[in-house]
Amino acid sequence: MKEYFGDIFKGIWTVLVGMRVTFNHLFTPAVTIQYPDVRLKLPERARNRLYVNMDDCIGCDQCSAACPVSCIRIETVKSVAGDDLGTTSTGQKKRLWVTTFDIDIAKCCYCALCVYPCPTECIKMTDVYEFSEYDRKNLIYNYVTLSDTEIADVKVKAAVAEKEAAEKKAAAAAAAKAAAAAKAAAGPAPAMPPGAPGSPVPKPPAADQPSAPKPPESPKAPKS
Amino acid sequence: MVDFLKNMLGGDIPAYVVVAMLPLFLWVLPYALFAVWMERKVSAHMQDRLGPMRVGGWHGWAQTIADILKLIQKEDIVPAAADKKLHLLAPFVVFVGSYAAFAAIPFSSAFIGSDINIGLFYIIAVSSLVVVGILMAGWSSNNKWSLFGAMRATAQIVSYEIPTALALLSVVMLTGTLDLQRINFLQSGPVWNWFIFAKFPFIFVAFIIYFVASLAETNRTPFDIPEAESELVAGYHTEYSGMKFAIFFLAEYGNMFAVSAIGATVFLGGWNSPFGEFLGGPVWGLFWFLGKGMFLVFVQMWLRWTLPRLRVDQLMHVSWKVLTPWAFVCMLGVGVLTMI
Repeated sequence: MKEYFGDIFKGIWTVLVGMRVTFNHLFTPAVTIQYPDVRLKLPERARNRLYVNMDDCIGCDQCSAACPVSCIRIETVKSVAGDDLGTTSTGQKKRLWVTTFDIDIAKCCYCALCVYPCPTECIKMTDVYEFSEYDRKNLIYNYVTLSDTEIADVKVKAAVAEKEAAEKKAAAAAAAKAAAAAKAAAGPAPAMPPGAPGSPVPKPPAADQPSAPKPPESPKAPKS
Repeated sequence: MVDFLKNMLGGDIPAYVVVAMLPLFLWVLPYALFAVWMERKVSAHMQDRLGPMRVGGWHGWAQTIADILKLIQKEDIVPAAADKKLHLLAPFVVFVGSYAAFAAIPFSSAFIGSDINIGLFYIIAVSSLVVVGILMAGWSSNNKWSLFGAMRATAQIVSYEIPTALALLSVVMLTGTLDLQRINFLQSGPVWNWFIFAKFPFIFVAFIIYFVASLAETNRTPFDIPEAESELVAGYHTEYSGMKFAIFFLAEYGNMFAVSAIGATVFLGGWNSPFGEFLGGPVWGLFWFLGKGMFLVFVQMWLRWTLPRLRVDQLMHVSWKVLTPWAFVCMLGVGVLTMI
């Protein structure tokens, strides 16, 4: 009997307590953040979409090598003599044409391991996190700044330069072979004739002439 | 009101048709749209969320309209093994059961659909039709969850009709009439003339019993085991989609208001102003009546988002061992207090 009345009292009491709790929560400000309209502030060092500043990229491939999921693909072409690729903002001279710089951001795991090895600090994590796409192919970001014709152009130039270098090398090799043969035929002989292809060209001593004379130390003399 | 319409429309039948449709189009449909939105907002804010916020601009007020448009466009799926006729008929029977109660509800001193002298009895009787519809829906769906839900609903509603009727009967003992308009007139005057304060505390307890039992009759939490979504998918309306589901929903919200309206009429003074003559009259009467009804609807929502669901045995315990005996105690108390 006591239990019966106790249960009824407890039932009513706990319902009232519950109602008080929910009624108070009715006027508690909601914790909802209405996302597209209101955004939470990202942490200072949040890692989101990768960005490459191609002006500073020297095509060293270190980011690609560091990537644990191989999502960066870089191809480069050597520049030829006379090409001016400019310098990076850190003052480094650029020597390679970057003909491919693709980041498959769908594969990216946002570890930022590519960021640390970069010698020119041109690859970095941004705070952009809204970049969904309807097609997975659109998530392969292409950062190359050269146009297709420019790429074809530098490739041809590089190929020509390579061919020339190979011919020179072949010629040098042939000359060296011929010289060796001549040497063998003529018996012991002095050093290679100067100006022979492939041999280091000795600098004319006259070239160093203007800087050679040391400035007189006269300004110091009167002081002492 | 009915006489006025008879004169204006020049015949009994058009007047009755208009009177029958007035509460539906002027109140039940707009109310259901509003109440579904309100339910979502109340639930959201009680859980420190915001609820619908986008449709229509201001706090998602048009969310339910968008939902209804979606439900209208949906395919009307009838399961292959279902009893097609009963499956089709069930939502309408449920809705008829809940809407028929509005015929005898006094909205204002000037408007009552049918001013019959057994209004309260009629409402209690006709709202039992809901059980038939629910059982029909559960049986015809040919789905074990639906059938479980329907059987639970039947057991629950039949059990809880007894405390409901007994609680109302203690007021009827006081008034000596079942005419709802007459019950309203008896409560005219300031707040303390309302029956909830009469024969204190017996009718107050009767009101609480009525309110708890009416929650069970409308299958609302904490008595929503007929559609317990964690156990029975959706109970008796598992196999319903589109407009048929919408009609079940409309019937549920209509029923919520119907029981609230009876509670407001019988215990809270109906369309009487709480300040006696001040702000009285038919138009203010409508306002007070709808306001009291909506307040009770809000309390129903409040309880829904506060309390967990009862188990079936607990449900029966509450009905038979707590509410029914206490309803008898109230009746007895009112009788004794009336005698002395």
